[in-house]
Amino acid sequence: MAFNIDQIRSDFPILNQKVNGKPLIYFDNAATTQKPLPVIQRLTDYYLKENSNVHRGVHHLSQVATEIYENARNYVAEYIHAEESDEIVFTRGTTESINLLSRALVPWIEANDEILISAMEHHSNLVPWQQLCAERKAKLKIIPLNEDGSLDMNFLEKMLNPQVKLLAITHISNVLGTINPVEEIIRIAHEKGVPVLLDGAQGIAHSPVDVKASGVDFYTFSGHKIYAPMGIGVLYGRKTWLRRLPPYQFGGEMIDQVSFDRTTFNQLPYKYEAGTPNVSGALGLEAALRYVSEIGIDKIINYEEKLLTRATEKLEEIEGMRIIGRAKNKAAVLSFVVNGIHPYDLGTLLDQMGVAVRTGHHCAQPLIDMLGIPGTVRASFALYNTPEEVDVFAEAVKKAVAMLM
Amino acid sequence: MTISEKEQSILNEFSLFEDWMDKYSYLIELGKELPLIDEKYKTNQYLISGCQSRVWLHAELKEGKVILTADSDAVITKGIVSLLIKVWSGQSPDDILHASTGFLEEIGLKEHLSPTRANGMLSMIKQIRLYARAFQIKLNK
Repeated sequence: MAFNIDQIRSDFPILNQKVNGKPLIYFDNAATTQKPLPVIQRLTDYYLKENSNVHRGVHHLSQVATEIYENARNYVAEYIHAEESDEIVFTRGTTESINLLSRALVPWIEANDEILISAMEHHSNLVPWQQLCAERKAKLKIIPLNEDGSLDMNFLEKMLNPQVKLLAITHISNVLGTINPVEEIIRIAHEKGVPVLLDGAQGIAHSPVDVKASGVDFYTFSGHKIYAPMGIGVLYGRKTWLRRLPPYQFGGEMIDQVSFDRTTFNQLPYKYEAGTPNVSGALGLEAALRYVSEIGIDKIINYEEKLLTRATEKLEEIEGMRIIGRAKNKAAVLSFVVNGIHPYDLGTLLDQMGVAVRTGHHCAQPLIDMLGIPGTVRASFALYNTPEEVDVFAEAVKKAVAMLM
Repeated sequence: MTISEKEQSILNEFSLFEDWMDKYSYLIELGKELPLIDEKYKTNQYLISGCQSRVWLHAELKEGKVILTADSDAVITKGIVSLLIKVWSGQSPDDILHASTGFLEEIGLKEHLSPTRANGMLSMIKQIRLYARAFQIKLNK
């Protein structure tokens, strides 16, 4: 399918509105993306025709719901090239996926073990590990960054000692836009026998994901960052791992046999899906992944790259502009500050001009503190944004800066 | 001037502005103009953490009136803070406790008082009322 921007925009009716009297320019896609009609339609169809609880009933609707829910799992597995669909655990999102894993790993972490993360992590790939380390008297070690916001690969290699039990790192930074060289990272870590978790919250929408080729042990993502509904996400875990790790929540669905004395647990992936799952969310996720796949992730990446380049060039014309994150490999995230101007002021004025951006620390406080700034303004792009929007945005930034100077 | 007279004078000023740009330019000007707080009070003790922009607030009681000074690292926040101080500083604790922030809504700055805005404004207003309440108790002793 050709990349037809008009067709794509017509799939996202929410974009067609005015904010403060100006046409909405939605550049807050790293926070959440808008949903295309096929996704919305999928949710509607489910509730109009197919809603029932899964895996329990003998009746027709329950069987339909179970089948479509499991088909969604199969499609997610296919999309990220998992070997088996049992390796796909549905969660609420990246945060729950990482929390699940950090809880399941408790017995595996001993005193003086180390967990490695990078200095560019979102709080959701930092706090769970920090808490786990505190609980087990283990050490959280931070891989530093280079000046340009890329990962310091030399340090990574040096830090991978025999005490390291896990390397948990983001695929793409939500603040800097840095695309980490994940295949190389995984190869180096595996040479030292260290398993790798990738936080794919941003990666899923701006990169192809192939868990088989990369050999990654765990990959986590949220549906809502890739045009799917909120409240659905995925923990991919290599089967050899998920089999031996203990469950994390207990209740219905995740059990095999229960008596008042003891319980045996269900097989994968149900061992990790206690309670009634988010069936409509899973269906919405499938619809979203199919939508992306039909257009082609490579075409999307290529298109977003052009938007990023154009926006970067235009912003650089502004005096006092400081682009935060200049790694060579960068995805559709553009963070910046302007000397002497608070990001909050800039964001407020941009909102007056109909431009939705995010300001602040983007849930990465240690990184922002390290950079010595109060936060950034972040514009982040998606497949429905246009070069014309980028131009309006750049003009709006110029206008706001002139007002604030 | 009473609180309502001061509110009215701000409403009059803002009624002159035709579009959002004039309004915000004025707020920015107000924010830049006012040296609001003594440097010695710009410490964590007086900091109201609003997540994105920080606000420092100091209050004291002088001759039965509450004297407020404040500052913020974001200039638009500072502009709005200075509006509140114009109206409330120099008033009695009783009058402050009875005042509302309705005039900010009338001049179209309502969104800045939203709890989701994370700019510290709401916490600042709460803090001012706490001070006013404490001073009120002190005066009535």
